[in-house]
Amino acid sequence: MEHIGLTAKDLSVHYGDRPAVKKVSLDFAAKQVTALIGPSGCGKSTFLRSLNRMNDLIPNCKVTGEIWIRDKNINSPSTDVVSLRQKIGMVWQRPNPFHKSIYENIAFGPRYHGIKNKKALDEIVEQSLKKAALWEETKDRLNNSALALSGGQQQRLCIARSIAVKPDIILMDEPASALDPVSTSKIEELIADLKRDYCIVIVTHNMQQAARVSDKTAFFLTGEVMEYDLTQNIFTNPQRQETSDYITGRFG
Amino acid sequence: MKAKTADKIATAVIIAVSGLIVLVLAGLLGYILIRGVGHISFDFLTSPPETIRIGGGIGPQLFNSIFLLVLTMIITIPIGLGAGIYMSEYAPANRITNFIRLIVEVLSSVPSIIVGLFGLLVLVNMFNFGFSLFSGALALTVFNLPLMVRITEQGLKGVPREQKEASLALGLTKWKTITSVMLPISMPVVLTGTILAAGRVFGEAAALLFTAGMSSPRLDFTNWNPLSPFSPLNPFRPAETLAVHIWKINSEGLAPDASQIAAGASAVLVITVLLFNFGARWLGRYMYRKFTAIK
Repeated sequence: MEHIGLTAKDLSVHYGDRPAVKKVSLDFAAKQVTALIGPSGCGKSTFLRSLNRMNDLIPNCKVTGEIWIRDKNINSPSTDVVSLRQKIGMVWQRPNPFHKSIYENIAFGPRYHGIKNKKALDEIVEQSLKKAALWEETKDRLNNSALALSGGQQQRLCIARSIAVKPDIILMDEPASALDPVSTSKIEELIADLKRDYCIVIVTHNMQQAARVSDKTAFFLTGEVMEYDLTQNIFTNPQRQETSDYITGRFG
Repeated sequence: MKAKTADKIATAVIIAVSGLIVLVLAGLLGYILIRGVGHISFDFLTSPPETIRIGGGIGPQLFNSIFLLVLTMIITIPIGLGAGIYMSEYAPANRITNFIRLIVEVLSSVPSIIVGLFGLLVLVNMFNFGFSLFSGALALTVFNLPLMVRITEQGLKGVPREQKEASLALGLTKWKTITSVMLPISMPVVLTGTILAAGRVFGEAAALLFTAGMSSPRLDFTNWNPLSPFSPLNPFRPAETLAVHIWKINSEGLAPDASQIAAGASAVLVITVLLFNFGARWLGRYMYRKFTAIK
């Protein structure tokens, strides 16, 4: 399996005339977790949502600049957005399983992408749930509604759902902020596991979480990247005053 | 102290007003049902009406009402769903779509007698469909469509954005996202609204007087060839519905038992519409549970 990263170059996002992200250039390596941190409204979520062109859905939102995967700029108008999104999974702040059974939540994507064989689908469902550390809890009730699961289980189901279509990159937008501490630590363990296969970009408000799960950290402030470095450098030896103020909790 | 008194008065007034509404409604329904239910029998529901003798039934009228409802829904549902999906998911937010929305609102408040006259001039005369079920169904479509469009649009708008994004993020197309993720979630809303709209169609009279007509041919219920003029299934025959029949026998009925027939037919109409309403609520709740909760 080939491992693929992602590079953003001079990426800017405007809502109408208001700039939300200003010329951000970041490089996300394969098999690494990159954390995006910063105070609310700093543009980190907007930036994340631009990476799989999800901001296309928002009227008045304009994304300029380049996003490179392999040798393709996926932010060009000619990009096939639909097949691009298959390669970039996404996990939201609030768990959002489909209003379907647990099995259907996972099988839905692969079946649409052409896997009709029942056995192959069963296999994908099992593998995806195992990867998301949810198989043991759900294997006896795959046909139950996904909405009957707890919040933490739902979030792991959403992660399983996104890896079922075999993405290269997974974007996570505060994936644990709506969960209790136990579920949060399960999600964090899961991220550490998934790192072996995917390039993961995670937005988080939780400093400890960023420090625990990520290899590199980017600090956003008012739409710009203030500092981007190895996570341990950011947290032990930040180069800029703003970064230091933020991680020590003096603002934000 | 003063604010508390005002609060008490307001509460009392609101309770009194709600009580009055319930009382009026209960009285109305009770009156119609008590007067009419005694007259309802299997024979009454199945036999054809008599012009001057007693003992006439409402069989053909009941059949016409149901058949017209089915025809109307066959026309309304696809167009209404399509337009609702367009308005909710595809239409850009600009002046033209706001104008369309306004027109839909206006269309839904056009009095039904105007729709009936429009049907007479355009459908019956200009397009030469004659007094027929088809003309009636098209006229009812005119005033059912706005409801259907709005229900669909609101149902889809009510789907959480994350559900839509989750599907798109898996690499599904917009159309597939709408049909496989969004429509199932909004189905309880859409279905409930559709049934309520159907109830309105069932009770409509004014729009049908000049379109579906005020008479029925002698229907032969053994003739199922839709092209024969005496077949109940022929959509191009005139068809008096139950609501129109009530209006007709009340104003010009010659049968000695005309008032009992009107009362019985009214009770049948009211019961059917009530069934639609309760059915809609039950089905909406059932589907909501089926789609969301534990099996």
